Amino acid sequence: MTTTFDVTRYQDKGTIQKLLHNTKTIAIVGLSSNVLRASYFVGAYLQSHGYRIIPVNPRESEVLGEASYETLMDVPVEVDMVNVFRAPAALPAIAEEAVAIKASSLWCQFTVINENGALIGEKGGLSVIMDRCVKVEHARYIGRMHWLGFNTNRITSVREGLQ
Amino acid sequence: MSKLDKSRDFGFDTRQVHAGARPDPNTGARAVPIFQTTSFVFEDSESAASYFDLKEYGNTYSRIMNPTVAAFEERIASLEGGCGAVGFASGIAAQAAALFTMLDPGDHVVSSTAIYGGTINQFKHQFHKMSVEVSWVDPDNLDAWRQAIQDNTKLFYGETIGNPTSNVLDIEAIAVLAHEHDIPLMIDNTFASPYLCRPIEWGADIVVHSATKFIGGHGTSIGGVVVDSGEFNWSNGKFPVIAEPSPAYHGLAFHDTFGMYGYLMKLRSETLRDLGAAMSPLNAFLFLQGMETLSIRMDRHVANAKAVAEYLDQHDLVSKVMYPSLEGSKYNVLANKYLPKGAGAVFTFDLEGGRQAGQDFISGLTLWSHLANVGDTKSLVIHPASTTHRQLSDEELVAAGIGQGTIRLSVGIEQIDDLIWDLDQGFLELQSKDNK
Repeated sequence: MTTTFDVTRYQDKGTIQKLLHNTKTIAIVGLSSNVLRASYFVGAYLQSHGYRIIPVNPRESEVLGEASYETLMDVPVEVDMVNVFRAPAALPAIAEEAVAIKASSLWCQFTVINENGALIGEKGGLSVIMDRCVKVEHARYIGRMHWLGFNTNRITSVREGLQ
Repeated sequence: MSKLDKSRDFGFDTRQVHAGARPDPNTGARAVPIFQTTSFVFEDSESAASYFDLKEYGNTYSRIMNPTVAAFEERIASLEGGCGAVGFASGIAAQAAALFTMLDPGDHVVSSTAIYGGTINQFKHQFHKMSVEVSWVDPDNLDAWRQAIQDNTKLFYGETIGNPTSNVLDIEAIAVLAHEHDIPLMIDNTFASPYLCRPIEWGADIVVHSATKFIGGHGTSIGGVVVDSGEFNWSNGKFPVIAEPSPAYHGLAFHDTFGMYGYLMKLRSETLRDLGAAMSPLNAFLFLQGMETLSIRMDRHVANAKAVAEYLDQHDLVSKVMYPSLEGSKYNVLANKYLPKGAGAVFTFDLEGGRQAGQDFISGLTLWSHLANVGDTKSLVIHPASTTHRQLSDEELVAAGIGQGTIRLSVGIEQIDDLIWDLDQGFLELQSKDNK
């Protein structure tokens, strides 16, 4: 549809797992305060699993108890991951800001596919994930997605901690 | 030579044993525990609310989800190559819920005629009551599918291997046609099992099963399942029932919020919740046991089926054998494409001599079980004209592809020469009655 390049380059399972474990602060670009929006579901989920959420949305003043900023450049704390819920065309500018604030990763949600944006992030030294949902991947590798019959693609005979 | 690699894509035989079944984190139990409980205690009121809001994946009530059933669901999703699955109390319940989730009153379905009689009843009578109309098409005729499309067509439906005439569906061509018109293709893959054919790999969007058959294999449990590829675009304008805010779930827009998982989330949290045909944890456990040996059983099923079909094909008292893997079958080319390991183990053959011959033949069998099921490890036989289809007129029988002397077999995994010995006994009984 919108993609003419191999987006699977930006869906590496090892990178995804490393980011889920190493990330502490996530700036969510396009986070909405509407409790029925996908971004709100993801933000609430990530917050309840211990990540610090920073809303970046000029239309919001506060979401999930956190002050919202107009742009990534306005965020006053160190950001590990920039998580994008915006139209694909907005991605290159967001990627440039993510590089400028020295974030370590750029995570683009389902359908946020833009090759140029991915290349800007990559050249700036960021790990880039594209067309994947951070909530789903967390639930797949760390959380409880298997409780609802979803295919986690995980096979393990190792006993893990309580969920 | 090998490198550290934590993201291996495991093969079918490994997944049929392991998928969905990680060691229990509480106890270390390696087998999947049977969580025979109606309900689950919440950690606190906040997490209870987030489970019901679908903001967190949590267990609430076994009519909607259960960890043993979830292990079964994940395993079949993995084997079919889907993004997830929802289990049901029966195959017919799974299919009803699959349709119910995507259709509105006034919608239209195009279905193959060569499908299970129970499905025909469900579509013709139950969905008619919900103002959903069905156009029936010859599954072998792609133009018939095309010509049946209307503005309100929301689904194409067929079976991988049709019941009872063993039509092999040209899934890839029908999927292309469906997608040209923004319509999803649903396939009942019961007769093939995911080991012999994975319709999603050929473009199908949703796969349904009666798990009662080959998935379980043991004939102990009734169950069904819906698997979603996660690929269909429900926001294409044709499916407001999935894409628009749902009044049945405080305004949630399932496809927008859950993306590729939206259809299954709606199927579970609305349709299963409200129709209630949940799979029992004990049945899910029994299906999991069966699935561990699926590929091994299916290899034997198709080897035996092929040997039985070849034996019958040579028999003087048999006029026709409808097994797609036979070289003379009109479905042989499609069978080689979609079912290269073998075209399942359920098929029909026609006896010279009609209805009485069919009944006499079955009365001479002592190893094959005379009953109305398929896909058991035990070999099964039935004479449709005097049992499952006895209410039909001669003309209706012909339309259904069933003759007076048609016998349906479900070939089990017993020793092949014993199966053929018993069929010989049936033919001897038939000859002794001198029906010819």
